[in-house]
Amino acid sequence: MDVTFQFDWQAAFASIPFLIKGIPYTLLISFGGLAIGFLIGILFGLLRISRLAWLKIPAVAYIEIFRGTPVLVQVLFIFYGLPQLLGGPINALVAGIAAIAVNSGAYISEIVRGGVQSIERGQREAGLSLGLSRRQTFRYIIWPQAFRRMIPSLGNQGIISIKDTSLFSVIGVGELVRQGQVYIATTFNALEVYLMVALLYLAITLTLSFVLRQLERRGLVGQ
Amino acid sequence: MTHEKSTSGSDPIVRMDKVNKHFGSLHVLKDIDLSVSPGEVVVIIGASGSGKSTLIRCINGLEEFQQGYLEVDGSQLVPHGKASAALQKIRTEVGMVFQQFNLFPHLSVLDNVTLAPMKVRGWSREDAIETAERLLERVGISDQAAKHPGQLSGGQQQRVALARALAMEPRLMLFDEPTSALDPEMIGEVLDAMRELAKEGMTMLIVTHEMGFAREVADRVIFIHKGEITEEGPPEEVFDSPRNERTQSFLSRVLKH
Repeated sequence: MDVTFQFDWQAAFASIPFLIKGIPYTLLISFGGLAIGFLIGILFGLLRISRLAWLKIPAVAYIEIFRGTPVLVQVLFIFYGLPQLLGGPINALVAGIAAIAVNSGAYISEIVRGGVQSIERGQREAGLSLGLSRRQTFRYIIWPQAFRRMIPSLGNQGIISIKDTSLFSVIGVGELVRQGQVYIATTFNALEVYLMVALLYLAITLTLSFVLRQLERRGLVGQ
Repeated sequence: MTHEKSTSGSDPIVRMDKVNKHFGSLHVLKDIDLSVSPGEVVVIIGASGSGKSTLIRCINGLEEFQQGYLEVDGSQLVPHGKASAALQKIRTEVGMVFQQFNLFPHLSVLDNVTLAPMKVRGWSREDAIETAERLLERVGISDQAAKHPGQLSGGQQQRVALARALAMEPRLMLFDEPTSALDPEMIGEVLDAMRELAKEGMTMLIVTHEMGFAREVADRVIFIHKGEITEEGPPEEVFDSPRNERTQSFLSRVLKH
């Protein structure tokens, strides 16, 4: 093959200021969605553990549905489908945050369930035998230990969700990928621009990994 | 053993009347009759799987039973026990030491001991700390209060667990094989702490395989075989002249070495 193509570093760097405008949206959708997803995850993760069928079954249904369907389909459903039900349009940013929330919420439910169930039965028995109520036992003994064990998996889910937001270019949110597409439409430097887009994602996810590692390290002290 | 015998005439702190427990088709406890008076030290012996741990776990509701009458410190526990005010009260007044210590690994030794008095009894932090320090001193670990359980030896952990239970000022202490998970060289320090407690007049119900300790500390020894109390009496009687052949064969096996 005749290799005459030259990687244009100048074009690559020139795209950065424009691409960076997408980062606030990427971060807002990711972390907004993950924050709501975390609350959903705690609620449904605990319902999932319940011995009462009428609490457990809805949780299982939610988890299976949102874990078993693509996040792209979920966001398309929310952005294009739901307005037909609601009778009014949904803001693309809101749709993106909602999609990440319900999707990560399903995975985080399982992380919460796994974390809580990983705590030895003796911990609960020790709490109850001291006269603590079931609620107090959960709050002071089970949850703090379970949460610590959940941190690596939560970090993993955070990274997955950040990358998932790249799909939301399809609903026109001006996040990183969308910015890249818009830029390429006028300059045609697909190679350079997508490389920069990839590096910016990497910068975000590596920063998150680093922060989580610090958290884990601090959490492990005195275990 | 110079130890105050239970004062006659006072109500028993534990009363079990024909208590039965099943695990599915397994009949784990059969018509258990047991009464423990205040100040009494009762040791329960028997082979593993005989139901002795299950028996004491019924007393603070960690296991439920299916039939019979069970009263602890004046509160009645009902069969198929659900969470109830009576159960809550019993757990507040009954302390327990577990085979696996079950200390809270995310809390310091001091916080392990102060948690329940503050959250359940509503003590101030200062009061709880004062009591905790006194108890940790008594079990010989006052210099470890700031450490986390994982930094302590098994024997130290079990002594913290004892202090944690005592901090609630229980009327009855349950011990579920407290030395079975310990390395041999650490068993003595835990038994010493329990001996002290017995001397002070604490009512104790102990499941153990330490026969020498049982003989020395117990006011009464109970032998359980397949969920049934088959022999009961003062330690000299049970150990030296057991009447039941099950007891005889069990003792000949455990006392041989």
